[in-house]
Amino acid sequence: MANLTRRQALAGAAAVPLALQAPAALAATPKDTLVIAKQIDDIITMDPGECYELSGVEILTNVYDRLLRYEAEDLTKMVGGVANLPSVSADGKTFTFKLRPNLKFHSGAPVTAEDCAFSLQRVVLLDKTPAFLITQLGWTKANVKDLIKATAPDTLQFTITEGFAPSMVMNLMTSIIGSIVEKKVAMAHAKDGDLGNIWLKTNSAASGAFKLVSWKANEEVTLQASPGFRMGAPIMKRVVVRHVPEPATQRLMVEKGDADVARDLTADQIKAIRGDKNLRIDDFAGANTWYLAMNMSDERLKNDKVRTALKMLIDYDGMVNSFLKGQFFVQESFLPVGFFGAIKYAPFKLDVAKAKALLAEAGYPNGFSIKLAARNSSPGTEMAQSIQQTMGQAGVKVEIITADQKTILGNYRGRKNEMTLVSWGPDYFDPHTNADTFAHNSDDGDNAASKPLAWRNHWFIPEISAETAAAAKELDSAKRQAMYADLQKKVTLQGPFAIMFQNVSEVVFRKNVTGFKLGLTEDMNFYRTAKKA
Amino acid sequence: MIALQTAVRRIAAPLRRVGNLLVSVGLTFLGLTCVTFVIGRVIPIDPVLAIVGDKASNATYERVRLQLGLDQPLLVQYWHYLVKVLHGEFGTSVMTAHPVLNDLLSVFPATLELALPALLIGVLGGIPLGVYAAVHRGRWQDQVIRFLSLLGYSMPVFWLGLIGLLLFYADLGWVGGPGRVDVGFDDIVPTVTGLITVDSLISGDTDVFWNALGHLLLPASILGYLSLAYVARMTRSFMLAQLKQEYILATLAKGLSPFRVVWVHALGNVWVPLVTVIALTFGSLLEGAVLTETVFAWPGLGLYLKNSLFAADLNAVIGGTMLVGVVYIVLNMLSDLVYTLVDPRAGEQQ
Repeated sequence: MANLTRRQALAGAAAVPLALQAPAALAATPKDTLVIAKQIDDIITMDPGECYELSGVEILTNVYDRLLRYEAEDLTKMVGGVANLPSVSADGKTFTFKLRPNLKFHSGAPVTAEDCAFSLQRVVLLDKTPAFLITQLGWTKANVKDLIKATAPDTLQFTITEGFAPSMVMNLMTSIIGSIVEKKVAMAHAKDGDLGNIWLKTNSAASGAFKLVSWKANEEVTLQASPGFRMGAPIMKRVVVRHVPEPATQRLMVEKGDADVARDLTADQIKAIRGDKNLRIDDFAGANTWYLAMNMSDERLKNDKVRTALKMLIDYDGMVNSFLKGQFFVQESFLPVGFFGAIKYAPFKLDVAKAKALLAEAGYPNGFSIKLAARNSSPGTEMAQSIQQTMGQAGVKVEIITADQKTILGNYRGRKNEMTLVSWGPDYFDPHTNADTFAHNSDDGDNAASKPLAWRNHWFIPEISAETAAAAKELDSAKRQAMYADLQKKVTLQGPFAIMFQNVSEVVFRKNVTGFKLGLTEDMNFYRTAKKA
Repeated sequence: MIALQTAVRRIAAPLRRVGNLLVSVGLTFLGLTCVTFVIGRVIPIDPVLAIVGDKASNATYERVRLQLGLDQPLLVQYWHYLVKVLHGEFGTSVMTAHPVLNDLLSVFPATLELALPALLIGVLGGIPLGVYAAVHRGRWQDQVIRFLSLLGYSMPVFWLGLIGLLLFYADLGWVGGPGRVDVGFDDIVPTVTGLITVDSLISGDTDVFWNALGHLLLPASILGYLSLAYVARMTRSFMLAQLKQEYILATLAKGLSPFRVVWVHALGNVWVPLVTVIALTFGSLLEGAVLTETVFAWPGLGLYLKNSLFAADLNAVIGGTMLVGVVYIVLNMLSDLVYTLVDPRAGEQQ
């Protein structure tokens, strides 16, 4: 070392990057592997009986086949999954499913009606977060084994005790709780009556398009194509979803070719890479609804005129044409466009003069001060600031309280906020999922059995709740549609919600990647059709 | 008799030291559990909500609340928690569905792999630069070094990481991107130490080694630069104090070479405070550099702690905090040991 000349040292230093360049050149993603850069730190489990986080549901959509499905080939049409579309009894309460023949789990074992019955029963018995989706059908731990049965090796039959439109029940079976788990494998790993829950948190017993190879929390999920999948083997042999928390890093990775897809770029970043000849930006309509909630325990917000005035003090168009551009559009209805029964609706526009007049009529000619809880991250913060500014024009002084999402939700659930700015995503692909929370509150007591969004804002609506229940049960499709149209208008015009926007996911792809499908909900995000040229 | 007494004293002194150490370690632990527990319970994040999500029914919410024992008084909850920890049970992380101990065993090596080269850069670069700056006090060499350390001190690491990635990864392609290895190199070498560079050498897989090194280079250099900035600054100020001492003038007057005076005599006298600085630097590196780990999608302790905090995953938060506590205790013990090596008087005082 002592004899190293200055020249040698410099040459050595210059060689370091060169030496590293060779392996870096291998870095472009392998041809048969799709690498997705995404924030996936919300995943806490891979058990479909427990999973309810958006990233987790998306992964499991690709790992577990479901009883019924919306498939990537036509996201608007419900089709059979593991089973064909069911026959429904005349009273609309008993559903009989015939399984498709010759389906196999990843283990090689055949998919049977017994597995299907077990999977549905398991959701109720486990009683984890997604259980509420199917317990609304009247299933309880006590009755579920009697009401869901395999009547033959290829026939599943279940009976619901509550009246619901068959289309709604069938839509539920396309959601996460319709995932079919291999009973034998789950039970072989069961501990202390957990029906295999602990083992399935990090493993899979499935029959979907991909096998779960590994989930390393906050690091990555690796999936491997299942050649025997009923729709044919997926085109990509492997899918790796990498947790890349920082959007700017995601951008660099997709620009460099170390990721094929970047999922969480901000509007600014998207704007900056438009025109990059190696990249393509696709828009996928989402089903998240952003709204401003007004707690009616507050005397001012209880006043219909005040709420209407506040709805007129939001610059809907201004926001979507500036900082939300490309990522949201105006939809002032609780049903996202694309859902059955959804109406495209926007009765409110920014109108300061009219709002001022309404406030004066309500007894607040000089406005008032009010607190607004909003998320401390984009786009919640920016939306809150815009609202603060436009409401200020009519004398309503908004004090923004920012906090992280969990804190806000905690207070919102406890009905402690005056106004809250949050988003809501549907649980399954049926209008009842949103109607049941925005347009339902028949018990406003603190110990109410259910605490939907209307409850969180003290909007006590026994009549509208009855209409919501009736719409869920209506068998005539045209009538059902009309009922939802009516409900949406009532909620937007009278309710404690200033419903503002529906989201659009802007996803960045390498140019050679095609066929990647994202639907309205995570239950429709498909990896199996993706391919690389 | 006197010999026996001396022997007893000789044995008793180290024993007492070990005893003192154990008591202080125990008390530190107890304090640590108490503080983390209380913080975990008073933050306004609802741990039940973290598990069940916003949409769970009331019944599910209540059941989980009872399962977590959150209905019990805080003191009872703490007692239960303490008993578990004393039995070595840190519980299962909500976030990862793994025992917290397993999680820590997988994230800590990732952080260690970053921290070791960063510390090396910091010490090997920082000390000579600090000494050099002190010797050339006020001259242009000093100004340049001071400016460089000030820059390292004041530049947000988040920004530095992104710019580094933009330049060396995206534009020049000299280093690997975010993550510990490329996707094609995942899970190839068996885990022995958890340090991918070391594990790949053990299994003789040089492709993985070079790939991992390519990924390590940039984040380690950035953290190394930050450590270098701190170590250089501190070394400079310690050295300035030494160089003002009269013995320096005396040794120079005696005809010793200035090189020897500076690098042996003066530097020799600043080792004790320097060891503290180095230990602190290493400690902060091992805590996990949250921002660096976020920018580089590096699954280390910092990111783990941050995620668990935001997810209100109390078992993980407390487990991670305990690990950081252990790191500091061990580093303190080590630096005590090094003191006695570099300055025998330190040992006598103890």
